Amino acid sequence: MKRIISFWKYLIFIAFLFIMFLLIYLGIGVGHRMSDNFYAFSREMIIIVPCIFVIIGLIDVWIPTEWIQQHIGKDSGFMGGVYVILLAIFQGGPIYCAFPVAHLLWKKGTSMRNVFLYLSAFSSLKVPMLIFEVAFLGWKFALVRATVALPIFVLIALAMDAYSRKTGIELNEIETT
Amino acid sequence: MQNEIFIIMIITLLVGISFILDKNKTLQGLKNGAKHLHKILPEFLLLLIFVSVFLSLVSQSTLVGLLGRESGPFGIMIAAGIGSIALIPGAIAYPLAGELMRQGASYTILATFITTLMMVGILTFPVERKYLGNRLAILRNVMSFIGALLISVLVGVLL
Repeated sequence: MKRIISFWKYLIFIAFLFIMFLLIYLGIGVGHRMSDNFYAFSREMIIIVPCIFVIIGLIDVWIPTEWIQQHIGKDSGFMGGVYVILLAIFQGGPIYCAFPVAHLLWKKGTSMRNVFLYLSAFSSLKVPMLIFEVAFLGWKFALVRATVALPIFVLIALAMDAYSRKTGIELNEIETT
Repeated sequence: MQNEIFIIMIITLLVGISFILDKNKTLQGLKNGAKHLHKILPEFLLLLIFVSVFLSLVSQSTLVGLLGRESGPFGIMIAAGIGSIALIPGAIAYPLAGELMRQGASYTILATFITTLMMVGILTFPVERKYLGNRLAILRNVMSFIGALLISVLVGVLL
């Protein structure tokens, strides 16, 4: 059953390529724009995505579960939150790379609160992004936005944590070993 | 391109160090990584399709036109809508926001566009769902959307 589902997903991809080439062949403008975007974005993904999974594989074998549990686990308290935010903001890369990393952290014993703090901080407090923000929107805008965002991220993380505790729902299991 | 070469160099270095320290562990790690990638690949391909289609239907000039002209509650709604759906790399999004600012877009609208863009991801939802599960992924996006609007209003008030 699982095999059939992923087969369909690949089929959608092949159908997309087919439609894109058909649009280009018929000379419809949107086809060319689509293929340009497709090329640019897939070039980024072909480089970045395998790199992320190499890193994830290495973290998986090198960072001991006990270490993670102790520092950013369920009883890590305030400092655990600080660690996980620091970890998130000194990274680069698009948001779709944060999900696998967050998942690995969770698998290794990171608390739900810290998983969601990580995701929020990764999404919009990353240092490389803030540099862009300062350059194009000014330091005042970047400073105010980041300062206002931080407490809201904590609230979101606490709410997600409470929801998970109440319902017992945690992240999806993905077997990799 | 230079950025990409830099990333590949660092990764190669890390794998090399790891390999010298412990050959078996490294191979195991790489194997786990590859298996993981194989499991998630269909979702990444889906994301690739979504982004290509979205960006080809909504070009940068369309975005500037939509966000630059409208202001007030309607402008905020448009900014939040586009920001939530789209996935635009920071290297493109910030210059775009800078252009909007030059054209006189308000701080609230800029903040709405930027924060929803970063925090809420409809195009990345297939990938997110795979890791967080349906419920947590939906909840995270809904809360991030509300959070992003709150941030934008506060930024507008403070600036």
